[in-house]
Amino acid sequence: MIAGLLSFFDSLAATVRDVLPILGILFGFQWLVLRRRMPNLKQLLAGFLFVLVGLALFLQGLEQALFPLGKLMAEQLTAPAFLGVGTASGADWQHYLWVYLFAAAIGFSTTIAEPALIAVAIMANQVSAGAVGVRGLRVAVAIGVAVGIALGTYRIISGTPLHYYIILGYVVVVIQTMFTPKPIIALAYDSGGVTTSTVTVPLVAALGLGLATNIPGRDPMLDGFGLIAFASLFPIMSVMAYAQLSEWYTHRANKRR
Amino acid sequence: MDSIKDLLPIVAVITFFQLVVLRQPIPNLTGLLTGALLVVIGLTLFVHGLKTGLFPLGETMAHGFARRGSISWLLAFAFALGFGTTVAEPALIAIANEAARVAAVGGMIADTPASATDYANGLRLTVALSVGLAIAVGVLRIIRGWPLHYLIAGGYIGVVIMTAYAPPEIIGIAYDSGGVTTSTITVPLVTALGVGLSTSIHGRNPLTDGFGLIAFASLTPMIFVMGYGMLL
Repeated sequence: MIAGLLSFFDSLAATVRDVLPILGILFGFQWLVLRRRMPNLKQLLAGFLFVLVGLALFLQGLEQALFPLGKLMAEQLTAPAFLGVGTASGADWQHYLWVYLFAAAIGFSTTIAEPALIAVAIMANQVSAGAVGVRGLRVAVAIGVAVGIALGTYRIISGTPLHYYIILGYVVVVIQTMFTPKPIIALAYDSGGVTTSTVTVPLVAALGLGLATNIPGRDPMLDGFGLIAFASLFPIMSVMAYAQLSEWYTHRANKRR
Repeated sequence: MDSIKDLLPIVAVITFFQLVVLRQPIPNLTGLLTGALLVVIGLTLFVHGLKTGLFPLGETMAHGFARRGSISWLLAFAFALGFGTTVAEPALIAIANEAARVAAVGGMIADTPASATDYANGLRLTVALSVGLAIAVGVLRIIRGWPLHYLIAGGYIGVVIMTAYAPPEIIGIAYDSGGVTTSTITVPLVTALGVGLSTSIHGRNPLTDGFGLIAFASLTPMIFVMGYGMLL
């Protein structure tokens, strides 16, 4: 109990340290440049405090419960014994299938819990007057991350160059941009950047590093990176696809009427 | 209690793989449950604070700058916000140290702790600089009303060209650095800034114009990190 409390204060201190420069910039500009009294200053500060304590509790809970088990699982699923690497029968593709499934599942589920994505989804919902659903957007992004991470692990296993995938992804994004309803484009681009932060990065990094270490001929330094890039590219596509699909459905429904 | 639903998928995935695929018992079940409880409480508080603190703060400041009407101060603020929030970002510090190790093994820099620290710090400053510039350019876009997709397409072309010339060792790190720069506290603030600006400037639509700042902030680090790898 006391140990838990101590480590909570550790993560609170770490969060406060990360936030201090941000607070400094915000209030520095507020007092020196804008020189206006903040309306509802007390409420804003209380909100900031809620964010700090909430984030610290959130990280503490992840560190205590999910990260150790998730990282352990990533290691076990990529262990040579599980994959069948180096045995007489050679690598078993069925076991690689479990790795892909795990990659997709962990990508999806961590993205659903990602606080930064929740923030963007709430904002998009408010701004679009409810047209963009909070849950719909988050599920669309999470599907994108799931596909991205699964493809990224395939890249590590097959050992193909990262930039081919990324450049091809860019081409798809540019083509999709031409056919996507205008209001969604900026939101789709943004959802690429917000998917990967506190929850996703540690687990995904453990998976990539484990794979690159255990598969013969892969260099963890060179091949272990790149999963995050996949996870930030594919949500752009899935969000645009979601917008295109929902536009197509309403179009068809209107036609029928 | 939405937070419980947010956490449920992770718990389901981990339980399934542990029990069905790896066929092992779940170690330390009570620790796992209290941890999950902390996550749920933390997420609930975070979302509450978001709505009452971070969003109004970002929007109020955006309105303040729009009223004051000084573009240069607004751009200075945008740059400072991008630079200041990125330079101390823990995920970036981790990836910069990792990159220094890759560079030392690859023979790009001398294999000593001092040169590795220099390299990592240089990389951090480069990324922070690129995020600062990205937010400033993104804010300028909102003011001027430039279409986002031209700028993003231009950025993609920049990434592709840099990939052709950058040393292969840096490419994976550069691509990843785009995704990790935007932290959980930066994202709501920057989003609120963009939305607040586009609501206070006449003729801008908060949905079409207000978003897009994060997109810039995850694109420029790729270009700058590859440039950093080429220069050294």
